[in-house]
Order: sequence, then structure tokens, then C-alpha cells
Amino acid sequence: MHDMTDPERQLVEWLADMNEDDAVDLAKRMLLEEGADPLRVLELCRAGMDIVGKRFEEGEYFLPELVLAGEMLETVGAIAKPLIRHAPGEEPKKLGRVLIGTVHGDLHDIGKNIVSFMLDINGFEVKDIGVDVPVQTFLKEIDAYKPDVIGLSGFLTLAFDAMKETIAAIDGAGLRGHAKIMIGGGQIDETVRSYTGADAFGTNAVDAVSLCKRWVGVAA
Amino acid sequence: MTDLIQTPEAKAAFDARWQRVMDCVALRQPDRMPIGMQPTFWLAKYGGISCKQLMYDYEATKAIAERAVLEFEPDVHSPLVLATASGNALEAIGFKQLNWPGHGVGDDQPYQYIDREYMKPEEYDEFLFDPTGFYLQKYLPRVAGAFEGFEDLPSLPGLHYFRLVGGIRAFAKPSVRAALEKVIKAAEEVERFAAHHAAFTQRMTALGFPVSYTTTSVSPYDFIADYFRGATGMMKDLFRNKDKLLELLDKASVFLLRHAVAGAQASGNPVVFIPVHWAPDAFMSPKQFETFWWPSFRRMLIGLIDAGLIPMPMWEADCTKRLEVIRDVPPGKCIYWFERTDMVRAFEVLGDVVALRGNLSPSLMTTGTPDEVDAAVRHLAENVFHKGGRLILDCAFGIPDETPVANVRAMFDAARKYGG
Repeated sequence: MHDMTDPERQLVEWLADMNEDDAVDLAKRMLLEEGADPLRVLELCRAGMDIVGKRFEEGEYFLPELVLAGEMLETVGAIAKPLIRHAPGEEPKKLGRVLIGTVHGDLHDIGKNIVSFMLDINGFEVKDIGVDVPVQTFLKEIDAYKPDVIGLSGFLTLAFDAMKETIAAIDGAGLRGHAKIMIGGGQIDETVRSYTGADAFGTNAVDAVSLCKRWVGVAA
Repeated sequence: MTDLIQTPEAKAAFDARWQRVMDCVALRQPDRMPIGMQPTFWLAKYGGISCKQLMYDYEATKAIAERAVLEFEPDVHSPLVLATASGNALEAIGFKQLNWPGHGVGDDQPYQYIDREYMKPEEYDEFLFDPTGFYLQKYLPRVAGAFEGFEDLPSLPGLHYFRLVGGIRAFAKPSVRAALEKVIKAAEEVERFAAHHAAFTQRMTALGFPVSYTTTSVSPYDFIADYFRGATGMMKDLFRNKDKLLELLDKASVFLLRHAVAGAQASGNPVVFIPVHWAPDAFMSPKQFETFWWPSFRRMLIGLIDAGLIPMPMWEADCTKRLEVIRDVPPGKCIYWFERTDMVRAFEVLGDVVALRGNLSPSLMTTGTPDEVDAAVRHLAENVFHKGGRLILDCAFGIPDETPVANVRAMFDAARKYGG
């Protein structure tokens, strides 16, 4: 986004710098008092999130900044979306579809949620099917959603077997097709990747974004 | 199980095992590399029972735990009954922060903590002003069903003279009476649970096997993040409620320290085990770590050391970038247990300050072969212990539940083969 006015540039900067109060106040003023186009404000939010994502990838930002960025996006989105009067223009084309869930037996979701958020702000369409997801649910969702990438998350060591079982079932049902499978979580390493038959593993959200970008043919 | 008297042979074995660990703490060379054993639900696999049975059947748990200790002969074992046989106590207290086998998760699955916002952001002031009142009227009923009814208790500070006399009327309310009765029943169950733990520990002592620790604690940051604000709530507080959070971290460090000192001194075992959840490199920036996480925890460590105790934080995940910061403790007083941090790197940075513990990886233990376990133990023995690192060999965070028994045998065999 090059052609920004000064207040627009200010909004992007405050969002990117975690200046929540000022960013939300400014967005509210633009939307509720100055009659700004809500689609334009959402576009500015995206621009702010792009910077947040880059700073995370570069090791300047960590999980707390991603969480707060997600909150700011939600707050501004909740004000902007009801104000959209005309049909939105053509949505930017998504890079690909990612289906993600925590495997059965495991109730952890923080890592998965962060990965979903990072994929979303990096241009992927993400369907998050929750935690403790039974194998059959994965199969049904994959069949319906036709993802390019399937992400299996898990924090506990019991997830190793649950991931292996889920991947074997995906293969067995003939649903793997062109889709790639990535696994992630605090205990995941190359040994687990090899054990489960996944295509790749990651231990953080940056890994997940890089893998997905590589797999859909976009430079990471 | 009957009470045993410790024989002179058992006493000598007990003393030798404990000395091995204490030599490591004091940064002295022990006679050989000590080995720690910390299983939780692995005992169910080892004993051929379900995780649910392990949680509810005190006698079965003690029998299996004893068999494991006698087979592997660790230098120190974890409090095996406390870690697993809490099912009856949790039921009695109506504990809401955990799903456990037969209660929220399957009979053969481990317990899992339920991350939620147990304190709202606007409640910082209330907690800070009157922690006990906040506990009684707000926190306890939220986290444990037995306390439901305590909401109706009066606010105690301020009661005086005839207001004090009148103020206790609330204790006669049906809701408060019912809660008090439930809490008393729960406490009786916890008494039984604690008695089984004590009996097991005494029996192991009589047989020559020291328990690694019996007191656990928590860092102030993790205490607030895990048990009050929830993971995402806490991360938002770093921006939205920074000053109140810092104030509560200071306050929590005082009462957490008091608890840990009292518990460890009463138990007679000086080691305080502190699982560390929120310190990993990926979880916050170095600046956030040094602002929010480390200062209040360091004060706790120093307080424990000053009380003659031995803090044993278990640094979960990868904490490589924290090593230089957490080095700032008096030498020869702590055991740092690392999960995923490279142990050779930890030894290079911390070898002259703390004893080390760990860290065979969970993926190796659960999916690897005994030969691979042997090689991993050899790597740690050669590159840490024999180079002067005071290493207590163990798994990354205890024996993973799914570990084949052959891999545990390989771990102990290799530690004796290479750790002499």
C-alpha cells in the first residue's frame, strides 16, 4: 500500500507498534466520525498485520505481540464490518487452503491458534477444526474442504501415535492426493516426523508459514 | 505393604545415592553420574494397568512404583504417588482446572490442564488489595466445586467489635455450611492421599532409595499465567496491565516463597521442584523475559537458597537464549533441569554455576530403539559429565508415558556403563 494519507499511515504504524489504544481510537474515529470506507480501514489493518508478521519472522516480535495484534484486528473488524454497505470488491486471492486441528487425545490449542493466525495474515485460507479431533473428523473435513496443506498439532507425547494414526487413515482413505501434511508442537522433531509419515514438521508459526508458502509455490 | 526398618546396608546405599546428587549440587565430582527417575503415567504402561487405575488405586500405584524403583535402582526417584494417585482427592475437591483419566479424558490418557481465564483483567486490584479475600470469595469457587458457597462468606477485613460478632452469621448460611462440609470431606481424602505418599516415601527410604523432592513450586509469572489469567490473557496483560502485573508478580513471589520454604522444611527434603512453563525462547522477547519473568523468579530462587533449600527449576522447551540471564545465581546451590535446550550448550554456559539434569528427548524415548537410547546417554556422559558437568541423567521431563520399557532399561544400563 503506497498511496496512504498521513492518518492512514499513522494507523498502520500504531497497529504494527502495538500501540493498541491509539490505533483503536483512530480506527474508530475514521469509521464512526469521518465516514471512512470500512473496507479501506480493514485493508490498513492488513498492512499493519503484515508488518507484525514480518517482525515475528525476524525475531523482533514474539507470541505476546501476535496475540495483541489478533485482538486489535478483531476489535477494529467488529466496528468496521457492520458498516460495509456495498458488496465487497473482489477479495484478494488466497494463496491456498490449510486445514488445521489438534489430534485426538490432546486438548492443547495455543500453538495451533498462533499458527492459524500467522497463516491467515500471510494470505492463506485457514479452517481450524479445533482440538481432540477424531481421525474420522479429519477425514470428513479433508474430503469436504480439499485443503492444499493439512496441519496436525499436538503438545503431548501421546500425539505422536495420534498423528501417525491420523496420517495413516488419510493415506488409507486416499485423501492425501496432492495435499501436504505438516505436524507441529513442542515435542515434535525429525524423529517424530519420520515416525508419523508427515511431509514436514515445525516447532513454531514461522516454520508453518514457510512450509505452506513453499508448498503452494510462493517464495517464503 | 508393611513398615520396614532401614538396614545398615540400605542406609549405606541411600546415603551413597543422595551424596551423588548432593555432590552435583555442590559442583563436586560424584563417584559416578547419578540417574533420576520421574515417570508419571508411564507407570501404568509398566504395570499393565490403565491410567485411570493408576490415579484412583493407591495400593496398585504404590506396588507398581515400588517395582519400578527396585528394578531400575535410580539414585533419586520422583514422588511417585503424589504425581499419579490424585484421582480420589481431585474428585473430592471437585477440581475444575484439570481433565484426568476417567474424568474428561479417556481412561488411558494422561491428565491435561485446562487453560482458561480464571481471573478477569479487571480483578487485578481486588487480588492485589486482599489476596486472601479474593481467593475465598472468587478464585476457590471458580476452580474447585467443593468451595462453591464460599462466595457468600463475608469480607473479613473490617469486621470488628459487634460487627465481627454479627459478621460471622454468614457461616450459618446453607450454601456456606454445605461448602464447609464438602471441603472437610475433601481434606480427609487429601489426608489419605498424603498418607499413602508418606508411607511410600518412607518405605523407599528404608529400602535405600531417596526421593528427589517432595515440594513443588512455581514461578510468579507462571503462577499468574497458568492458574489465573490464562495464556492469552497473560500475554495481553504484558501490554494492557503492565504495572498491575508487575505489582502482582512482586507480591506472588513473597507468598509463593513462603509456601515453598514451609513445605520443604516440613518435609525434610531440601529440593524444591519448579516446572517452568513460560520461559522458553519462543514465548517472549529477551526484554520481556528480563522485565516480567526473571526478576520475581530470581528473588524466589535466592529466597529458597537463603533458607538452605535447593531449587530445581525444570526449564521446559528450548531456553538457549535465556542461559546467560539465568546464570545469575550463587554457584553450587541449584539444579537446572533442561528439557529441549542443548545440554552441551547449557554445560558450557552454566557448568560452573549449577548442577544439570536431563535430557533424553521424548521422541527418542518413545519411538527410538534401545541402541539409540544408549548412544544418546553416551553422548551426554562423554560431552557433559566427563567434561566436568555435574549432570544428573534423566529424560527431558521425566519418562514419557508411551516409552517402551526396553528403552528405560537401556537408559539406566547406559548411564551405568558410561557414567562411571
